[in-house]
Amino acid sequence: MSLDLGVFCKGTLDGEVVDHCFSALFRLGQNADPSYLDWLMKAWGWTLAVAGLSLIIAITLGALMGTLRTLPANIGMNKALVRLSTMWVELFRNIPILVQVFLWYHVIPAFILPLKALPSYWLVSIALGFFTSARIAEQVRAGIQALPGGQRMAATALGLTTFQSYRYVILPMALRIVIPPLTSECMNLVKNSSVAFAVSVPELTLFAMQAQEETSRGVEIYLAVTFLYALSAFTVNRVMALIEKKTRIPGFIAPSGDVGLAH
Amino acid sequence: MTINLRSFVLICIGVVTIQNVGAASATLEKIKSTGTVTMGVRESSIPMSYTTGDSRFDGYHVEVCRMILADIKDHLRLSTLRINYQPVTSQNRVPLVQNGTVDIECGTTTNNMARAKDVGFANTLYVEEVRIAVKANSGINTIGQLAGKKVATTTGTTSVQLLRKHEKAKGVNFDEVFGKDHADSFLLLESGRADAFVMDGSILAGNIANSKNPKDYKIVGEILSTEPIAIMVRKDDPEFKAAVNDAIAKIVKNGNMPKLWNKWFLQPIPPKNIIVGLELSPATKNAWANLNDKPAEDYQKKQ
Repeated sequence: MSLDLGVFCKGTLDGEVVDHCFSALFRLGQNADPSYLDWLMKAWGWTLAVAGLSLIIAITLGALMGTLRTLPANIGMNKALVRLSTMWVELFRNIPILVQVFLWYHVIPAFILPLKALPSYWLVSIALGFFTSARIAEQVRAGIQALPGGQRMAATALGLTTFQSYRYVILPMALRIVIPPLTSECMNLVKNSSVAFAVSVPELTLFAMQAQEETSRGVEIYLAVTFLYALSAFTVNRVMALIEKKTRIPGFIAPSGDVGLAH
Repeated sequence: MTINLRSFVLICIGVVTIQNVGAASATLEKIKSTGTVTMGVRESSIPMSYTTGDSRFDGYHVEVCRMILADIKDHLRLSTLRINYQPVTSQNRVPLVQNGTVDIECGTTTNNMARAKDVGFANTLYVEEVRIAVKANSGINTIGQLAGKKVATTTGTTSVQLLRKHEKAKGVNFDEVFGKDHADSFLLLESGRADAFVMDGSILAGNIANSKNPKDYKIVGEILSTEPIAIMVRKDDPEFKAAVNDAIAKIVKNGNMPKLWNKWFLQPIPPKNIIVGLELSPATKNAWANLNDKPAEDYQKKQ
């Protein structure tokens, strides 16, 4: 099995080798017809756009719902909020992601007509974002509950309101604790964005299926797509590691290796 | 020990029998020695090749293949030949034929030069015309009217590339939306997410016939492309291909093709007794009259 990477320099219309194969990537040249490499890059852009958009939705809603689930259930409003967030988490983590994508694309717009006007990548991002938010919410809840109960009591003793104790005492520590599982979740999001192909977002998986059919060079196409997915996920991993390092409080969560110094 | 000896003797007999046939064809040898053959079929390419439920498969190409295999069975002087049906997709059909999982693929594969590098094609028995399906009340009649409209087609098909070429040649600009399979693309048209569905005529006719209200849709416009759809076999086995082509020549000579066309394209077909309603095209008639395995590129030159 010999690899023929030249396939990426071929035009998508006529299959002839284009004039500016690599230079077009850096806007140094312009191909008359886009090459498979140009198309691959465009598809990568769509993957990153869908993943990025759903990441914003997932982290915002996940942090919110996870926090709401830990509210002290002493007054009626808090009880309602706890119930709402629990329902949110159970609803979105109990339905397979592909089914959720189809629900948002085919079913929900049939009832809520304004959603029909939304482009499909938005609907996929909402589906992916809500699905992942349920998972992030559980991790945030775990982070908050991992804190010693004395923290919350101390905050109350200082006269802080519930909102203030979350804002200044509980969340700053809990969110630092959950960075490692959040890293996995963010990487998962990049990979899960491949379901977007099912609702005709022209991202990497759709590119792979279509381009391998047109060129009959499935091995090369899938290798390139695999590499780009791995690269994207690894970049997310490094960025999260950097965030973890920059936000670390000495003496609070020890870097691995000197756990003994933590307490 | 006795068992080992017995199996050893059986193997020897097997080897001798294979050598007696004297065929250099690996596929024919395999069919002869195992008494089974694997046919690649499609799940939902109505009426060419599709499932009728309970892992049973039927269709125009599947029936042709059964006739071909019956002829090969007689040729190899086998008393019975078991046919295993292996469902394939647009993505895996070529690799599965290449690696020997599938001996003969009877689906809806376009014979083109890119694929001919990897697999062999038997003589064409069906010439496909790529058309446009729209909603009957949309008022769209030509490809020119698709400017600014959303056009659906299925991922992993040659129609996508064709559409791009037309877009450029005619200066018509439209949005492409991709269904993950034909049923999905048709759903895009049905739900109004797409204004047109560009695909092989038989697939359009099959999906329309299968829909809730077939009268709501119509096939319009010029023929965008003409492509030979052929039965796929392994490339490195010219003898098996010759045996298949001999069988095809016999089937055509016996006058079976118009009957098969009538059965699958004009009469009600199982499982739901729908009528596809696609008239025999001059291109297909011509392919029967002059059996050949020319790739799609040759058909395009003619126009």
